Amino acid sequence: MKFGIYPGCSLTGSARDYNESVFALAEAFELEFTQIPDWNCCGATAAHNLNKELSLALPARILALAEKNGLDEIIVPCAACYSRLVVTQHELKKDPELKNRISEVIEMDYKGTSRILNVIEWIDKYIIPQLDAKIVNQFRYKVACYYGCLLVRPNKVLNYDRAEDPQTMDIVMTKLGATPIDYPYKTECCGAGFSISRTDIVSKLSGKIIEDAEHRGADAIIVACPMCHSNLDMRRPDINKYWKTEYNIPVIFVTQAIGQ
Amino acid sequence: MSHSEHHTERNSLAGSIESKVDVKAQKCYQCGKCSAGCPVADDMDLPPSVVMRLLQTEQPDNDDRILRSHSIWLCVTCEMCLSRCPMEIDIPSMMDYLRQRSRSEKKVNKKARNIIAFHKSFLNSIRFTGRLYELGLILDYKRQSLNLTQDISLAPKMISRGKLHLFPTMIKGTAHIARIFKKTSN
Repeated sequence: MKFGIYPGCSLTGSARDYNESVFALAEAFELEFTQIPDWNCCGATAAHNLNKELSLALPARILALAEKNGLDEIIVPCAACYSRLVVTQHELKKDPELKNRISEVIEMDYKGTSRILNVIEWIDKYIIPQLDAKIVNQFRYKVACYYGCLLVRPNKVLNYDRAEDPQTMDIVMTKLGATPIDYPYKTECCGAGFSISRTDIVSKLSGKIIEDAEHRGADAIIVACPMCHSNLDMRRPDINKYWKTEYNIPVIFVTQAIGQ
Repeated sequence: MSHSEHHTERNSLAGSIESKVDVKAQKCYQCGKCSAGCPVADDMDLPPSVVMRLLQTEQPDNDDRILRSHSIWLCVTCEMCLSRCPMEIDIPSMMDYLRQRSRSEKKVNKKARNIIAFHKSFLNSIRFTGRLYELGLILDYKRQSLNLTQDISLAPKMISRGKLHLFPTMIKGTAHIARIFKKTSN
């Protein structure tokens, strides 16, 4: 089975550990990927904050390139990119006039037929069925599965997991041998794109998530989004300074946990 | 003039939101769930439920307050409000529209300067290379925001871990991306 992958910008830079673990998993499970040729940035928060049309055109170019290259199913490991691609597909599907306009802007045919999978869906569909045969070490830790916002919301558009108390990542981690904790911050926001422009807000919000996970005795926080990872992990010194604490719980990508 | 015609022609902010993003402010019955669940509500001058109430009045001074608010820029688009709204009012899409109106009417709140500087630097980076050039984004943001010393200790650690590239990656379709930016410039 051959499928497309849209790594997105973070995975080529600040989240290269996520990228490497996704590719290592694919290799170990003999799953072949084709990167969408000449992919561009999805536009992220900046585009939809400042320019709606641009925020649809950038993801539409990516999806049109996937269609042109016969990649019917694409995996998008970054939750933020995943959200932009799914939301664009949804918006263009419900408004044919807008779809024509965007097609004109990107100078490409756009059908909107790609199946977009987030990393958990991909793991569930292709890795879990072979997991028992391949597993070397069980991941015997207490974990806090952190979904953040964009993996589950807007739930009526993504149509993926429950908006409150989602379970898919918890089920994957249980199959690995981990014990997921029950905690209320699973889908609370980490501060998202404010990492640089409002580090204080990121420190405040991410600190609450970390505090609760630590307090309930989790050994690690498991994530599936490079932005959540960088806020909870790279921003730890800012978080500890903001809350006057010394939280040291590790934050790891779900793909790293499987490969561990 | 029929009742519905009257509504489509009204020139209040609520009227524009209804016609441009198909969000009906009048559906809100002030339960307050959006503000209760909003992660940034305590930092906002107008929490989301208050924005909804002000919109419902359709008064020019209230519309102006919204477009000049800090709140519309503090919204992180976490989508919590929409997911909990009993009337399924799409506040995040409405916020995107309000931000764009606030800029086009030159009513941007001064406190939001850094947030907007960051967004602009981000788009500048992809306009020329097609992908985000993280170091370029940080340097351009420092230039725009004048926060020159912020995160200075972080960069060497990221570079040594291969997480921050010194040079950008240019995609083949940079001219294509430039045309997309040009055609969508508002």
